[in-house]
Amino acid sequence: MTGVASSARGDLKLTNITKSYGDFTAVNDLSLVIPEGSFFALLGPSGCGKTTTLRMIAGLEEPTHGKIALGSTDITDTKPYQRPINTVFQNYALFPHLTIFENIAFGLRRRGLKDIDDAVNKALDLVELPHLAQRKPTQLSGGQQQRIALARAIVNRPALLLLDEPLGALDLKLRRQMQIELKWIQREVGITFVHVTHDQEEAMTMADTIAVMNEGEIEQMGSPAELYDNPKTAFVANFLGQSNLIKGTISGSDGNNHVVDLFGQKISLQKDRSHAVDNSILAGIRPEKFRISRLETATSGNILTGGKVEDVSYIGVSTQYQVLMPWGQELMVFEQNDDGVAPFSVGEGVNISWEPIFTFALRGDEDAEAGTEVSPDEDLDEE
Amino acid sequence: MKTISRWFGRNLIRIYAVIAFTYLFIPVAYTFVFSFNDSAKSNLIWKGFTFANWQNPCGAPQVCNALGNSIKIGFLATLFSTILGTMIAFAIGRHKFKGRSTTNLLIFLPMATPEIVLGASLLSLFLVFQINPGFWPTVIAHVLFCMSFVVVTVKARIASLDPRLEQAAMDLYANERETFRRVTLPLVAPGIAAAALLAFSLSFDDFIITNFNSGTMTTFPKFIYVSAARGIPAQANVIGSAMFILALTIVILGQFVGRKRKVS
Repeated sequence: MTGVASSARGDLKLTNITKSYGDFTAVNDLSLVIPEGSFFALLGPSGCGKTTTLRMIAGLEEPTHGKIALGSTDITDTKPYQRPINTVFQNYALFPHLTIFENIAFGLRRRGLKDIDDAVNKALDLVELPHLAQRKPTQLSGGQQQRIALARAIVNRPALLLLDEPLGALDLKLRRQMQIELKWIQREVGITFVHVTHDQEEAMTMADTIAVMNEGEIEQMGSPAELYDNPKTAFVANFLGQSNLIKGTISGSDGNNHVVDLFGQKISLQKDRSHAVDNSILAGIRPEKFRISRLETATSGNILTGGKVEDVSYIGVSTQYQVLMPWGQELMVFEQNDDGVAPFSVGEGVNISWEPIFTFALRGDEDAEAGTEVSPDEDLDEE
Repeated sequence: MKTISRWFGRNLIRIYAVIAFTYLFIPVAYTFVFSFNDSAKSNLIWKGFTFANWQNPCGAPQVCNALGNSIKIGFLATLFSTILGTMIAFAIGRHKFKGRSTTNLLIFLPMATPEIVLGASLLSLFLVFQINPGFWPTVIAHVLFCMSFVVVTVKARIASLDPRLEQAAMDLYANERETFRRVTLPLVAPGIAAAALLAFSLSFDDFIITNFNSGTMTTFPKFIYVSAARGIPAQANVIGSAMFILALTIVILGQFVGRKRKVS
């Protein structure tokens, strides 16, 4: 390898990274630290700047402003081939004129290493395709090409492995299988993985830490559980799973809890789960946290009364209800089918209740629809 | 009656194919057959079978001299036009620069210009610069018109090349030069080879431009043209047939290698 940068190891630090193309800002003043050895996911819809961020880390794009450092080494101005970073490209980008063996050996040869057969064969074993060494990439299936692309990157033992929607082109079943395998391989080799995806389920399945990106900025960063249970913005609340967001006002205080007024009904909200800046809030509850009950049934916790069932979908493990509330909003309720109670029918009057600890609160001036309009499956090629 | 029409309907495509190929290959077959004609001067009437022409292809006066000139000119024109054209193709295909679309248009112009005009104006240009027509002016003229075809052919190949392959190479520790040598060039090579073959055949059979700029030097097409007036010698048929067989062999070999590579 050439230069000091190639031997750099440690946490990846992005400091105030901005990337503009003319008037368009793809990535806006982004700062983040990716700890060494972690499985990190950059999650967001098409055009949110996640792929641009990845390409800047790889060195394939130059940031307009800001710094990229690996450990204590500044790599901002180094070329891609000077960085100890390898990428698994979205469409694999295997070299069509070389055999699988030579594809995997490519990086090792360029670094002038001798006796590479062993390393290449081990990489082929790791992805369980040792019998394909002498084939050409076009003779392989999509799933096999994907594994070879992974082997080609991992064989170099980089400080950082970048994965750009690596599973996007695979069918659902294969994708699930590869998610588990990727996670296993990451633990096995201990390399820092940075995974770019628009698939929230994929990010949650694999990553230790997820950064949710929207319009060139990081909305929120944390473990999958943190992001899901306590989202900070409406975008995160809606993009990661589904959320019911109800307009309300903080009307009082009760110990560690706020008392919140939702269209005249009082509920309780833990103070440390509120991301609001003033008394105007959007109260958030995940649909599976709701319990649905007949009007006369006694319930505990937070209760909203006066609902009417608008729609029922039975989907096996659960039943999904749309419940129309007195203030005209429809709430989503997912009920596990585990209590033997017959499903409620359309038109029935119901109450909705939930444990107060599940309530989260967002700023009242946020758009409650943010992140819901995004269709994650369209436009895989974001460049 | 019914069975005949049914048979006809079923074999229509075959009949059509036979007619089409007959039409295509009659001139070639004629050339080939008459290369074995035992003729003294004019090779128009069949006078009997002989191997003499094939055993002595240079028998007719000037024919091999002309052929040699054509091959030399073809080789040089191919070499220079392929190198220059490939470089232009990379510049246009891979880089954004001021005047790129203008360059594109200008490259196209020599192809669109009638050869007769190109040949005549080249001659007057050479004369203005007091360069006498001959071998080198002909080479220069051939490089000129071959280059456009090379650019177009190589550019198409470059356009079909996924830029991510080069990015992947850079990502895998190959610097700019190694990326070009190990990835870009091998992938564009079939396009360059096709362009070179095209350039050679264009140069080899050019008559019009050559006629203006070659002065007293004879090339193979010029030789044929001149001798057509008093009867083309059978040696010309021998050389033509040999060229055809050579080209056919190359194509068949290429197919064979390609198929073998796909199977293994």
